[in-house]
Amino acid sequence: MIPATFECYRPKTVDEALSLISQYKDEAKVLAGGQSLIPMMKLRFARYPVIIDIGGLDELRFIKEEDGKIKIGALTKHREVEKSELISSKIPVLSYCASEIADIQVRNMGTIGGSLAHADPSADFPPVMLVLEADVVAKSQNGERTISVKDLFVSVFETSLKEDELLTEVQIPIPDNNMKFGYKKFPHPATGFAVVNCAVGLKMNGNTVEDIRVAFGGMTTSPYRDYELEEKLKGKELNDSLIEEVSDSIGEGKDIISDYYADADYRKHVAKTFFKRLANELRGS
Amino acid sequence: MGVVGQPVKRKEDRRLITGYGEFLEDIKLPGMLYAVFVRSPLAHGKIVSIDTSEAENYPGVVAVFTAKDLEGKVNDNPVAWIVPDSNQADVKRPLLARDKVRFMGEPVAVVIAESRQAAYDAAELVYVDYEDLPAVVQADEAVKDGAPLVHEHVPNNIALKWHVKGGDVEKAFSEADRIIKQRIHIHRAAPVPLEPRGAVAKYNPGKDKLTVWVTTQNAHIHRFLLSVILNEPEHKIRVITPDVGGGFGAKIPVYIEEAVVSFAAMQLKRPVKWVETRSEHFVSSIHGRDFIGELEFAVKNDGKILGIRGKNYGNLGAYYSTISPGCVTVLHGLILPGTYDIQAFDYEMYGVFTNTAPTDADRGAGRPEALFFLERMVDIIAQELGLDPVEVRKKNLLPPGENIKTVTGLVYDSADYQKAMNKALEIADYEGLRKQQEELRKECRYIGIGVVSHIDICGFAPSKVVGAVGLQAGQWESAIVRVHPTGKVTIVSGASPHGQGSDTTYSQIVSDILGIPIEDIELVYGDTDAVQMGWGTYGSRGAATGGTAVAKAAKKVFEKAKMLAAHFLETEEENLEFKDGVFIRKDNPEKKITIQDVALQANVAWNLPEGVEPGLEAEVFYDPSNFTYPFGTHICVVEVDPETGQVDFLKYLAVDDAGNILNPLLADGQVQGGIVHGIGHSMYEAIVYSEDGQLLTGSFNEYALPKAHLVPHIENHYTITPSNVNELGVKGIGEAGAIAAQVCVANAIIDALKPFGIKHLDSPYTPARIWKAIQEAKQNGGNA
Ligand SMILES: Cc1cc2nc3c(=O)[nH]c(=O)nc-3n(C[C@H](O)[C@H](O)[C@H](O)COP(=O)(O)OP(=O)(O)OC[C@H]3O[C@@H](n4cnc5c(N)ncnc54)[C@H](O)[C@@H]3O)c2cc1C
Repeated sequence: MIPATFECYRPKTVDEALSLISQYKDEAKVLAGGQSLIPMMKLRFARYPVIIDIGGLDELRFIKEEDGKIKIGALTKHREVEKSELISSKIPVLSYCASEIADIQVRNMGTIGGSLAHADPSADFPPVMLVLEADVVAKSQNGERTISVKDLFVSVFETSLKEDELLTEVQIPIPDNNMKFGYKKFPHPATGFAVVNCAVGLKMNGNTVEDIRVAFGGMTTSPYRDYELEEKLKGKELNDSLIEEVSDSIGEGKDIISDYYADADYRKHVAKTFFKRLANELRGS
Repeated sequence: MGVVGQPVKRKEDRRLITGYGEFLEDIKLPGMLYAVFVRSPLAHGKIVSIDTSEAENYPGVVAVFTAKDLEGKVNDNPVAWIVPDSNQADVKRPLLARDKVRFMGEPVAVVIAESRQAAYDAAELVYVDYEDLPAVVQADEAVKDGAPLVHEHVPNNIALKWHVKGGDVEKAFSEADRIIKQRIHIHRAAPVPLEPRGAVAKYNPGKDKLTVWVTTQNAHIHRFLLSVILNEPEHKIRVITPDVGGGFGAKIPVYIEEAVVSFAAMQLKRPVKWVETRSEHFVSSIHGRDFIGELEFAVKNDGKILGIRGKNYGNLGAYYSTISPGCVTVLHGLILPGTYDIQAFDYEMYGVFTNTAPTDADRGAGRPEALFFLERMVDIIAQELGLDPVEVRKKNLLPPGENIKTVTGLVYDSADYQKAMNKALEIADYEGLRKQQEELRKECRYIGIGVVSHIDICGFAPSKVVGAVGLQAGQWESAIVRVHPTGKVTIVSGASPHGQGSDTTYSQIVSDILGIPIEDIELVYGDTDAVQMGWGTYGSRGAATGGTAVAKAAKKVFEKAKMLAAHFLETEEENLEFKDGVFIRKDNPEKKITIQDVALQANVAWNLPEGVEPGLEAEVFYDPSNFTYPFGTHICVVEVDPETGQVDFLKYLAVDDAGNILNPLLADGQVQGGIVHGIGHSMYEAIVYSEDGQLLTGSFNEYALPKAHLVPHIENHYTITPSNVNELGVKGIGEAGAIAAQVCVANAIIDALKPFGIKHLDSPYTPARIWKAIQEAKQNGGNA
C-alpha cells in the first residue's frame, strides 16, 4: 500500500524536534528508524498529517558508560547495540537480545528508542529491559523526566510517554557481577517477532536464590515482570521440583494473546518451558 | 563436447541482479492513469448500494466504475477448463461484483485517478452498503445440506464431480487383509511470487488496438480470454509480458483486474496502470492446495497395496479460476497411484465453491496434493502393519521400464524408481539413520525420517489428450529459430519463462546444433504481436515442450544450412563435416564455410540453388506424443523438540530423475527452489480464514515464507532415465521439488512423533500443532 498524504519535517536538533512536537501535538508522529511506523502507515493502520523525522538527530546516537550505568541514545540502531564492545563486556544479555531482532536490514534501521516507544508486546528489548531494571529519559519543552521501564508499557502500542515527549535515552544500571542473565525467544517465522519471549536474571547464594527477576513478552498486551513468581523463589533453595512447581503459575489468570499460529495454551506452555530452561541454565545445572 | 549438460551460468542473471530487469512496475506511459480497486471486506454479502459520488469528486479522480458501468459492454470472465462428465456448474465471474460479494477481497469498484495516491485516497471514499450473509470456508462443510450457498444455482456448492475408476476394486477390497483409512487435509497456502500482479493497458482508438502489459506466464492465453471478455477481436489485442518476478502458477490465470484495467483504458482513451499491493495479493491472487481427502487403501499384511478408494473435496474458492477445475480433478486424481503398482482405483473428486479467494495452480497444481495423500497413506500403512515405510514402498514400486500403463490410464514414459530410491537410501545411510533414531529415543530425543517416492506429470503435452480431459486449449509448443545475416540468432518461443532460465537452456540447445556461441543467441517471448501462437510456461513444460520445439527448429535450420553449405562449397552434403560452426569438405578440408557465412549468403540470396527460399530460419509447432513423468526419492530427517514442538532439520537429500539434464546448475536451482517451496507449504505458509471468511494471514506479518535460516542445506543428486517422448530425453524439473518436499517433511515430522502413538497430523506443521498433538496423544495413553 501507500500511506495517506502527510507533511514531513526533519529537525536538526533535539530542541527543534521538541518544538515541532509541541506545536503539532497529536497531529504529529515521530519517525525514527521507520521499521514499525512506516509499515503501519503504508497499511493505513496509522495515519498522521505530520511526520517529524528525527532520524538525523545524531546527538541521540551514542552508547556510553556513566555513573555505573550504560546510557544508550534513543536513535542508536539495534545493530550498534548488538555490536558494541562496551555493551557486550558489561551487559552481554543485551547484545544477545539485540542480535535476535529480525534481520540485519531491520537492525541497521530500527532504533532502541523506537522499539521501546512503540511498545509492541512481541518486541525483543522489553523483557530484557525489565529484568535489567532500565529507565528511559523523556524530554519535552517543559523539561525532562525519568521513567522506569516497568512503568513505560501501558498496552499494545501504548506507553506512558506524553504527547509532547520524546524518548531520548535508555539508562541501564550495570548489573552486579553475581547476577546472571538469560534470554530466550520463540520467533514467529514470518517476522522474527516473539511469539513468546522470556528474560531471567538470577543471583544465587550457594543453592539459595538471593535475587531473581523474570519477565515475559508476547503473552499479554504488554511485556511484564512476574513479581509473584519471583517472590515464590526468593530465599528458597533452587531445585528441579521447585522450578517445576512455581512455573505452573506462569500466565495463569492473565488474558493471554491467542491467534491462529499460537493459542493461549501454547504460549503459556512455551513461557513455562523457557523459564524452566533459563532457570536451569543460569543456576548452572 | 557441447554446452548442453554443462553448468552454464544463467545469461539473464547479470541483467536482473544489476537492476536492469524491466518489470511491470517500471512501465510509465505518457498520460498514464492509476487504478485502485475497492474490495469487499466481507466474505459473503448482498450489495445494497454503492455510493461513488464522494470518490468521483476527489481531486485527481478521473472515473469510478462499478458493475453497472460494465453492463452490456463486457462479458464475464470464463473458465478455461470444463471437465467432461463432471456436471460442471456454469459459473462465470463478473469483472466487478454484481449484487453480491462472495469472498473477502472481491472487487466491487475501481477508482481511476491521475496519481496512485489520489486513487488510494478516493478508494476509501467509495461507500458500499452490504447486507451480511453467512459464509462457508471449508470444502467439506460447504457440501453439507443447509450450508450457505455461494452461488444460488449450485446446490451443495458442488461445482463439479469427477469419477475415475479402474481395475477390480471390489475384488481388491475383499481380498485385503486390512483396509487402512485416513482423512487428510492438505491446508491452503499460496504461490506468493516475489513480484505481485499488475497490468498496464493502453488503447489506440485510431488503430482500434489494445495493448496490455501483464504479469503472466502465458501471454497468448490472456489475449484469447481478454478478447472474449472485452468483445475486442484477437488481432486487435497485443499482450506483452515484461520481466516477470516469479509466478509459481499465480500468473497463469486471467484475472478480472487486468480486464477491468483494459476496459478503463478503452473507455478513457488513456493508459491505465494497476499494480497490486502485497495485501491485495493475499486476498485476491489465487491460492492453492486446500484439498480434503478421505482415503481407503486395501492392503495385504506384507504391505502390498491392492487398491485405493476414496474421495477428495477440492476447495475452488468463490469462483472458478482459469484452470482450477482441472487442478482438483485431472491433474490430481490420475497421478494418485504414484510410482506404485496399484491395480484397483476408485476415486471421486469434488470441486467445491466456498466464500474464499479462488484457488488454482500452485507449483504442482493437484499433483502435490495427490502425492501428499499417497505418501502419507504409505507411512500410515507401514505404521499400522508394523513395517518399515521403505519396505512398504519397495514392495509396491513399479518395475523399471518404458510406456507403463497405469490403472488410471496414464502411460509413464520411462521409469526406474528403484534406482532413484536405492541411491537416496544409500547416500543417506538409511539403515544408519534408523539405528541413530533408536539410540536417540532412549535419550528422549525424537528424530524422524521421511522418505518419499515422487512422480510428476509434466511437459503438457498432447493437445488431443488435454482436450479430451476438458482443457479449452492446446498444449503443443512453438519455436522459431532465426539466423540473422551476421550469424546471430533469435529464438522466438511460445513458452514464457519467468525465472526458469530458458533464455540460457534454449541458447544451449541451439548452440550445440548450430555451432553458434550462446552469447550470440537471444530469446524473444511473451509478446503476442512478435511471437507466434504458443501456450506459455507452467507445468514443468519449458524444456520438454518449448525446448523440444526449439531443438526441432534449430535442426531444420541446420539442415538448410548444410544444404546451402554443400551448394557454396560445390559438393554433396555427405561430403561435409560440421565442427565448431564450420562446414568442411571431407575430401578437401581447405574448403570450408562458417555457419555465419552461410547465414549471410542465405539472407542476401545472391546465389541460392534453384527453388530454395531465401533466409535462414525455421518455425516448428511441436505437439508431444505423451506427457513426461519425472520422479525420484527424497529423504528428510528432522528432530522434534517434544517440549515446544519446534522442528530442526538434520538432513534433506533429493535424488531426482528428470531425464537428461540440460544444465545441472539450473536443475539444482529448480529442485532446491521447489523443495523450499514444499517445506514452506508444509511448515510455515498458511492461508487461514476465520469461520466467517476473514483472511487471518493477509500479510507478511502472518504469512511466513521460508527464509534462508528456516530451511536446511539441500543435497541434490540425480539418476538419469531419459524420456522417450522427446528427442532431448528431458522430462521437467520445475515442480518436482515442491511436490516431493511437502509430504517428505510431513512424513519426517510424523515419524518423529511415532513413539507418542501419533499416526497422522494435518498440516501446517507449526510447533503449536505438533505440541498439541503430543499432548492429546499423551492423554490418550500414548507414551514416549
Ligand atoms: C520485518 C521486520 C521484522 C521485525 N522483527 C522484529 C523482531 O524480531 N523483534 C523486535 O523487537 N522488533 C522487530 N521489528 C521492529 C523493529 O525492531 C523496529 O525497528 C522497532 O520496533 C521500532 O523502531 P524504529 O526506530 O524503527 O521506530 P519507528 O518505526 O520509526 O517508530 C515506531 C514508533 O515509536 C515512536 N518513536 C520512535 N522513536 C521515538 C522516540 N525517540 N520518542 C518517542 N517516540 C518514538 C514512533 O512515533 C512510532 O510510533 C521488526 C520490524 C520489521 C520491519
